[in-house]
Amino acid sequence: MKRKLVVIGNGMAGARLVEEILLRGGKEHFDIVMFGDEPYGNYNRILLSNVLAGAHDPKDIFINPLRWYEDNDIVLHAGVRATSVDREARVVHGSNGVAEPYDDLVFALGSAPFIPRIEGTKKEGVFVFRTLDDCDAILKYAEGRKSAAIIGGGLLGLEAARGLLLRGLEVHVVHLMTHLMELQLDKMAGAILRRTLIDMGLRIHLEKATCELTGNGKVTGLRFQDGGTLDCDMVVISAGIRPNTDLARAAGLTVARGIVVGDDLASPEDSRIFAIGECAEHAGKTYGLVAPLWDQARVLAERLSQRRPDATYHGSRVATKLKVMGVDLAVMGDREVAGPDDEEITYAESQRGVYKKVIVRDGRIVGAIVLGDPSCTPGLVQAFDRGAEVPDNRAELLFQLDGGAPGKGGARPEDLPDDTQICDCNGVSKGQIVQAVHKGARSLKLLCDATRAGTGCGTCKKQVEALLEYAAGDSKMEDPSVHYYVPGVPLRKSDLVEEIRARGLKSVSSVFVALADGKEDPASKPGLASLLKTIWAKDYVDERDARFINDRVHANIQRDATFSVIPRIYGGVTSPDQLRAIANAADKYDAKMVKITGGQRIDLLGIKKEDLPHVWRDLGMPSGHAYTKAFRTCKTCVGTDFCRYGVGDSTELGILIEKRFQGIESPHKMKLATAGCPRNCSEATTKDLGAVALEGGLWEIYIGGAAGSRVRKGDVLCTVDSHEDVLHYMGRFMQYYRENAKYLERTYDFVERVGIEKVRAVVVDDSEGIGARLDAEIAAAVEAYVDPWQETPHVTQFADTLVPPPASGRELRGELVQLRARASGE
Amino acid sequence: MSTWNLGSVERIALGEGRTFRAGDLEVAVFRTRAGQLFATQARCPHKQGPLADGIVGAERVVCPLHAYSFDLRTGCATRESCANLRTYGVEVTGDGDVLLHVDNEQCG
Repeated sequence: MKRKLVVIGNGMAGARLVEEILLRGGKEHFDIVMFGDEPYGNYNRILLSNVLAGAHDPKDIFINPLRWYEDNDIVLHAGVRATSVDREARVVHGSNGVAEPYDDLVFALGSAPFIPRIEGTKKEGVFVFRTLDDCDAILKYAEGRKSAAIIGGGLLGLEAARGLLLRGLEVHVVHLMTHLMELQLDKMAGAILRRTLIDMGLRIHLEKATCELTGNGKVTGLRFQDGGTLDCDMVVISAGIRPNTDLARAAGLTVARGIVVGDDLASPEDSRIFAIGECAEHAGKTYGLVAPLWDQARVLAERLSQRRPDATYHGSRVATKLKVMGVDLAVMGDREVAGPDDEEITYAESQRGVYKKVIVRDGRIVGAIVLGDPSCTPGLVQAFDRGAEVPDNRAELLFQLDGGAPGKGGARPEDLPDDTQICDCNGVSKGQIVQAVHKGARSLKLLCDATRAGTGCGTCKKQVEALLEYAAGDSKMEDPSVHYYVPGVPLRKSDLVEEIRARGLKSVSSVFVALADGKEDPASKPGLASLLKTIWAKDYVDERDARFINDRVHANIQRDATFSVIPRIYGGVTSPDQLRAIANAADKYDAKMVKITGGQRIDLLGIKKEDLPHVWRDLGMPSGHAYTKAFRTCKTCVGTDFCRYGVGDSTELGILIEKRFQGIESPHKMKLATAGCPRNCSEATTKDLGAVALEGGLWEIYIGGAAGSRVRKGDVLCTVDSHEDVLHYMGRFMQYYRENAKYLERTYDFVERVGIEKVRAVVVDDSEGIGARLDAEIAAAVEAYVDPWQETPHVTQFADTLVPPPASGRELRGELVQLRARASGE
Repeated sequence: MSTWNLGSVERIALGEGRTFRAGDLEVAVFRTRAGQLFATQARCPHKQGPLADGIVGAERVVCPLHAYSFDLRTGCATRESCANLRTYGVEVTGDGDVLLHVDNEQCG
């Protein structure tokens, strides 16, 4: 039985909530009805200033046109004001006489402009700036006028000022306080912004209290409390906002500044009634920016859609990126230091209009203001959001010290021409990406699915995201599945692991039945298989259909549907006998290419699927796992036996490592190397795990190195003095990575995400007391290893043809075949 | 319309697909864990990937080469990212044999 959800308010909060609910399959749970005061669909209110400035056509700022509501079976009462809520009968009454019963009710009424006590505000030519209709009226009146005064030097007032300035008017900003945007900026930032804005042509009047709007019928000027006056042809009042609470108060709900809600976003009076957005007050706070509203919409959608019925909202750490009259501004957290222990790092360059300030408390960012230079903003926002420890050299917070990447990587998305190729794997241009966003792909996942950008090596994903932000602005969505371990099971990794253990789910199909309503998402199968194997080791119930083809046939599929076969050559050390076996197999099974790999092994390419088991048998060597998300290989240099520089036996160590960890499944592949001296010939410092010998019998263990689509030098985990210790810490790290990384997260992303200090504390210092357990788990995984080339597959897994005699008449016998390249002429 | 007997349904591992040849026609036949059978053209329209080697679930198959995905019931590519697949009628006899039905104009 579907419930009926009524949302009062069709602004950014209300419509966003409904979008979030739809993303979580909400159509199956709810019939949705919305009341919208304005006779339109839902538009991006933040872009109104661009409409005022003439940069956007009104139709460009719609997030959801009326058609969207129809397509999603949402009943929208557009242009209908909700006039009362009867909580007893659970009915909402509308201004047109409509009565909508509800099971769940959400107030998303936003706020209204605050009109200060000033005489003459009813005069012709006096406006507020909140809606599309306000915008329209301002523009019509401004036609042919010379000057305008904006009362209020906050964000919205300055946006209105920019609009009218660009329309050719002389614009005065009249502000009560000592500096502009005092809610967001400190005094210094306000002063630098003021200078920048004056250079742009704005007239700014600070510490001016307006007491009267003068003029006979039409406004012609302002009179200030200090007796001064200012002539102008029109006035826009932008002196703050007040949450819309009348309807809730009349319905008997608790209202303070906003409609009071708890962590469940429900009214304490009525558990069926919720409030979000500017009209809501949580923990004594109301919010006027868009980010907290998104957080609230997401939490409420999780609750209402039953994805996480116990989801709670705990306030928002607000980090906001804005443009003030075209000037980049980012603000987050505290505006001023709170005490003598807070540390303040500042940089000011008034000539360029640049100001940066970071407030650090207990080694973490608690506030920042960045004006006029957005280059350091993403890093700051990330560090702030995650509560990450700041670097010892605080300057790294304010400046890009690595010089940044030249070319398109460093360019801002808006500066790139449309035909710039963004995804170099799939050849997707900026223009295609932006177009897909405008067609509705407003989450990173939808956008990647729609354009295939970012689905190859993944390096361009950050740029795709930047383009999404540029093209969608605040209407950007986050697909809830980005937080899930796999997209098809709505749980984070830690919750998923807990459920799997608690319910004893040992096969992939049992996970879908228990945790995803039986819906088997194909893209989620390999990730689940990997996780289950990590959790259950030899008790894992293997289902071959959950495996990618490579893992069904233990070889790597090639573009022509043939396979690559790489036998294991421990530490890259082979023998004439092995080489003869490889050469014989290559001849006998007609390998199209025999190639030395970068991992010091030999690859037979162009092998037919039906030949794979025969090749393995003839080789008499174990699988090299060069096709799967697992320990791949350990590359070695010559070490001490022959090399005149070697100080550690890197070949012996490499062989030991490879023999112990061969085939260990992990969230992504692990490539290793050992180097016999710091010359690092085997490139151990840029491997997932590496060991470098130092003079004195020591080994430096590196983790999180990369030399693929990204290049990153690994971090030193620890320095030890025996081969056994190298194996010990490598194994412990591997298990920690196996348990805590997301699926397809390489070690270098994992180590960066968790932080090397944390990894080192857990793995080396055993700060969480889990060291012995990690050791036991990895030992169990090593124990459970079997060479996959020895297993017995399904009878037709490798089958070429079954050729029964043809039957007569209409019933004919079909043959089972192995597809082969047509191009190769077979 | 011609009908081909592809032999026992057990020839297709549960939850997987296999490629069959029916005359000149290559067909991928899928057997889902829920017990449904589907048949489509054998190769992905994108780069000729062998669809029977793909991963199956929720009535979809994901091509093993570049992860294009298709609705097995209709042959439609997910989000119109690729050309659609041709589909064929398929059923299981009382003896557990798979019968494939091919319209004559679909041959070749």
